[in-house]
Amino acid sequence: MIAPSLALAMRALRLTLRRPQFLIPLFLMPSIFLAVNTGGLAATTRLPGFPETSGFLDFQLPAAMVQSLMLSGLQAGIAVALEIESGFFDRLITAPVARLSIVLGRLLAAAVLGAFQVSFFLIVGLLFGAEIAGGVGGVVLVLLLGSFAAVAFAAIGLAIAFRARQASVVQGLFPFVFAVLYLSSAFFPRELLSSPADSISAWNPLSYMADGLRTPIAFGLDAAPIIEGFAVTGGVIAVASLLAVAGLRWRLSDAV
Amino acid sequence: MALESVGVPPHAIVTSGLEKRYPRGGTYAVRGVDLAVDHGEVYGFLGPNGAGKSTMVRLLVTLLRPSAGTAFVAGHDVVKNPAAVRSNIGVALQDAAIDPLMTGRELLRLQSVLHGIGRKAVGARSDLLLERVGLTSAGDKRVGEYSGGMRRRLDLAMALIHEPSVLFLDEPTTGLDPSSRLLLWNEVRRLRDQGTTVFLTTQYLEEADQLADRVGIIAGGELVAEDTPAALKAQVGRPHIHIGLADPSDLARALEVSATVGDPRPGVTPSCMDVSVDDGSRELAALVRVLDDAGIVVESMAVKSPTLDDVFLQKTGEHLSETEEEVAA
Repeated sequence: MIAPSLALAMRALRLTLRRPQFLIPLFLMPSIFLAVNTGGLAATTRLPGFPETSGFLDFQLPAAMVQSLMLSGLQAGIAVALEIESGFFDRLITAPVARLSIVLGRLLAAAVLGAFQVSFFLIVGLLFGAEIAGGVGGVVLVLLLGSFAAVAFAAIGLAIAFRARQASVVQGLFPFVFAVLYLSSAFFPRELLSSPADSISAWNPLSYMADGLRTPIAFGLDAAPIIEGFAVTGGVIAVASLLAVAGLRWRLSDAV
Repeated sequence: MALESVGVPPHAIVTSGLEKRYPRGGTYAVRGVDLAVDHGEVYGFLGPNGAGKSTMVRLLVTLLRPSAGTAFVAGHDVVKNPAAVRSNIGVALQDAAIDPLMTGRELLRLQSVLHGIGRKAVGARSDLLLERVGLTSAGDKRVGEYSGGMRRRLDLAMALIHEPSVLFLDEPTTGLDPSSRLLLWNEVRRLRDQGTTVFLTTQYLEEADQLADRVGIIAGGELVAEDTPAALKAQVGRPHIHIGLADPSDLARALEVSATVGDPRPGVTPSCMDVSVDDGSRELAALVRVLDDAGIVVESMAVKSPTLDDVFLQKTGEHLSETEEEVAA
């Protein structure tokens, strides 16, 4: 199962790199949001209740990261739906490989791409004056959690794609990315969100992922939010992967 | 020694009462199909669009679960041991689902890994297959730059990467230009010569006639006839010589003198007639002679042999060519 999973991961990465229309939005859109937010909303750091941070850019970097990772999860789903539509999926099914490899390959690719996405925003942040409060250890934690979060979002994308079958249906979920983002602590501290967004964000796993990424960058190696970030991301990976595998089984229910 | 006694199944593909019924509407895509395809045989599955050809292939390659009946491919039950079936088959489905952004060589490498071929063997095997399907120079180009025929040929190469004992080709030449079609036919013949069993679906009469050792005709999901192309055509009738007369008033006399060569009957117009004969070309000269001796001027003569379309007509009440035209319209 390892060799086919790796080969399928390589294929997924290769195709992502060869599709600029897929790749560019992952970096461009969050970068625009990052520029607009840091340029126009930096004064919010002076609001009562805003946590002590070295700068608003440091605070906003994780928002750009999770936004990019969510978009790439959606794109993983679109790519799988396209494979189902085109018939490539049938080619995989008629090959003597464990069907779990189809899911594993995509998730492995997401992990690698996720690390690359997070690295990109770290570099952009450093170039524009951000400081990584957690130092080298913080960078390693951000890369790890970024990769895990990418796997979680890709698993969600796959679970949807196996059920939806059509790429256009998966693509139609694009606005939900922003709804989920704004109903979390990705852009602003939970304490500053008004009701009911503050209550929703407390239940939104994305809040814990964003806070887990934010802490090593903006505040230092504070264990609690980082552990929470990893725990919640692990939980999302577990649930979403199970849903993805169930979706795959459902998709294959008519096959032998 | 009988093949069974050394553990080799007597047939490459065997189905018994195979059915696929869709719950929605309860329609049968395939109904009660009994097949036995020998090892090393090219079996042509002929029928119009929607007859059940692709469903049959999907059942045999484990992409669809049968509603009833049994199917064995390469000696393995497709329901009870699908993994073993998948290890022994090569599949090129109707739509050559090939990533346009990957190169031919990259796709062959991926297919190799999926079939558990060791890294060392991949390069040489890919080169050999690319050469065989005439894509050596295009191997490092992205598939998006390939023509439809090149994609089909690459699809075939991918299906052959693990040297399967049974190869399924679902309408492999649909939409191909004549030269690509010929190249694919030659490759199918070469595979047969090497002992590979080929299960080929087609809606082209000529393809089935040229390539298949045996032809199964499917209509409405049911197998309505099955035999060698020659035997199927022989079931329909003998060849006949179609004669056009210069003067329609000669018809009665022409019918009389032609009876010494074959079985004549009037044609669809007053100036033509058909003479059933045993061979066709052998009786042509004799017929010219008797008509000439009788002073009858012949405007045209043509030997017409029964075609698989005639067989299709006899078995289903429609011409296969007509159903193709309907689909195209």
